Amino acid sequence: MNSPDIITSTKSFLDHLPVLQVLFPFAFAPLCVLFGHRKIALYITISACALAFVISLLLLRQVLIVGVVSYELGGWPPPVGIEYRVDFLNAFLLVLVSGMAFLTSIYLIGTMHAEIEEDKQTLFLTCFLLCISGLLGVLITGDAFNLFVFLEISSLSTYVMVAQGANKDKRALTAAFDYLVMGTIGATFFVIGIGFLYAATGTLNMYDIAERIREDLPNRTIQVAFAFILVGLGLKGALFPLHTWLPKAYSFSPTPTAVFLASTATKVAIYAIIRFLFSVFHSHPSMLESVLINIVMPLGILAMFAAGGIAFYQRDLKRMLAFSSVSQIGYILLGVSFMSTIGLTAAVVHLFNHGISKALLFVCTGIIFLSFGSSFYKNIKGLGRRMPWTSAAFLIGGLSLIGIPGTAGFISKWLLVQAAIEQGSWLIVAAILISSLIAILYVWQVTEIMYFAKSPSTETKEYLGPSSFLIVWILAFSTVFFGLNTSFTVEYSSKAANLLMNNFTMEK
Amino acid sequence: MIQALVLKVITKLMVGFIILFALYVQFHGDYSPGGGFQAGVIFAAAFILYGMVMGLQNVERVLPPWLTHKLMALGVIIYTLVGIYSFFVGYNFLDYGALSPAHPEHGQHYGILLVEFGVGVTVAGVVISIYYAFVNRSKTSKEDE
Repeated sequence: MNSPDIITSTKSFLDHLPVLQVLFPFAFAPLCVLFGHRKIALYITISACALAFVISLLLLRQVLIVGVVSYELGGWPPPVGIEYRVDFLNAFLLVLVSGMAFLTSIYLIGTMHAEIEEDKQTLFLTCFLLCISGLLGVLITGDAFNLFVFLEISSLSTYVMVAQGANKDKRALTAAFDYLVMGTIGATFFVIGIGFLYAATGTLNMYDIAERIREDLPNRTIQVAFAFILVGLGLKGALFPLHTWLPKAYSFSPTPTAVFLASTATKVAIYAIIRFLFSVFHSHPSMLESVLINIVMPLGILAMFAAGGIAFYQRDLKRMLAFSSVSQIGYILLGVSFMSTIGLTAAVVHLFNHGISKALLFVCTGIIFLSFGSSFYKNIKGLGRRMPWTSAAFLIGGLSLIGIPGTAGFISKWLLVQAAIEQGSWLIVAAILISSLIAILYVWQVTEIMYFAKSPSTETKEYLGPSSFLIVWILAFSTVFFGLNTSFTVEYSSKAANLLMNNFTMEK
Repeated sequence: MIQALVLKVITKLMVGFIILFALYVQFHGDYSPGGGFQAGVIFAAAFILYGMVMGLQNVERVLPPWLTHKLMALGVIIYTLVGIYSFFVGYNFLDYGALSPAHPEHGQHYGILLVEFGVGVTVAGVVISIYYAFVNRSKTSKEDE
């Protein structure tokens, strides 16, 4: 009979999952510096990422059982203290970010020595761990100011990780500086927005803010706060006209950085946008509706076309992929701007699916880069014969970008088209299909060079350690797997979308 | 280097007091203005003053650059360990009440002291490292002093 008392008085390991999720990468980062040896640091990094991945899966299971998991830090109850709050949306994305972090850490085994200067490897790994903990923190926190702090932790370490590309190409330094300037402006705008919200409500807890602004009529303070937050996070998430930092940052950074950033960093900023739109500002539906339909939707469509078109004119694989990322972000924002359950499902699924396919493409590009010293189109002629494994994997990733049935990209585009049909806007359906044609153009261009151009030599030359090979094929397999079996991705995304839309429709 | 005897003697005299004042600010942060951040900066100021007057080699003999890097990490680890300790006695992360379950108010007090000590160590390490980074750079770009 005593057992229930014991369970309530001492907390089990499972109760601490939300904070452990952030704590593992965060606490292991200083350990890397303390030991100061690059081999040890690599093992510390891999174990931290593995632990974070396991915890994210446990959290997802727990969310499935209890719905919303809430954790109060320091024993201060939520509106006053910082709250970690996990629901379907962030539990799903935590799996993506920590899974990608784990894969990137394994990819680092085979490539770190070639990409990063020897005496900087330990500090690179430290920054990598801090970046992971920052991104996980953004996803998990329920406190607006805490979100800003985590966003800055991840961004500051990202600038350093991008700058490490200077080992191969000095332009990485200017790319990192550009990113720093733009990122800092974004962060400043975001924190100004939080300041206005705090002025209007006197609280920083996101759910408390949502409760308190419900009673107010839409007033200037809330509108200004909304504008600043949207633009600030838009800069971090490379919303179309604010994307200028992204192509340089992706193409000059070391490939492990590019793999990790392309699959997670912008996705997390977009998560924050979705969170603010549908969990904080949902009590002002008319303001939300006008901004989404008049600003976000046109910009999303513009991104799909303009960035896709620019990607076609690139002559470097890395830059092409970077611009294609900007265009894919357009799809995600288009999904968000429909303000329907199916549109949000499409957006969240695309966050996940595009994360995986883009990681696959960047891993392949990294292997090409290390084998040939550059990833320019003129150097990869006839690659299909010289690097058969990598080229085949690249092709799978490319097909997923286009949205060919059987790949992950198809699922999200299919949902997006369904969302557009549901709205009855055939013009947008046409836009999605035509922009997919642009994706065919830029992917085909690379395929043609890889498989049909004559190569200067015919020897096979594949810089492919066992770890890189493993990562390439895990990612290629999951790109196909999530294209055929949608039970995991679509189920969780639609649960997340339902949750968010419930808030919204209640207000209407 | 200029032989500034007065400067050197006064510096030697001051460094001790500056460090003492840093410790005062550190451990009285809960009663009076101050705390880990301010104390860390004051602590670092002592080393920066010493470095400016006595030269980089001498201050690096006292506090080598590798040690400042370890200090940065050590402070964060102290902070996290306080948080992790509260897990093991059945409290939430960083719940200072765990440090003294019978008197939670005392626990809050100890918790702040420990955590601020971690902050102080990290800030001192960071500020001194920044100083080293700047000074080392000017040494390579300028002709010898």
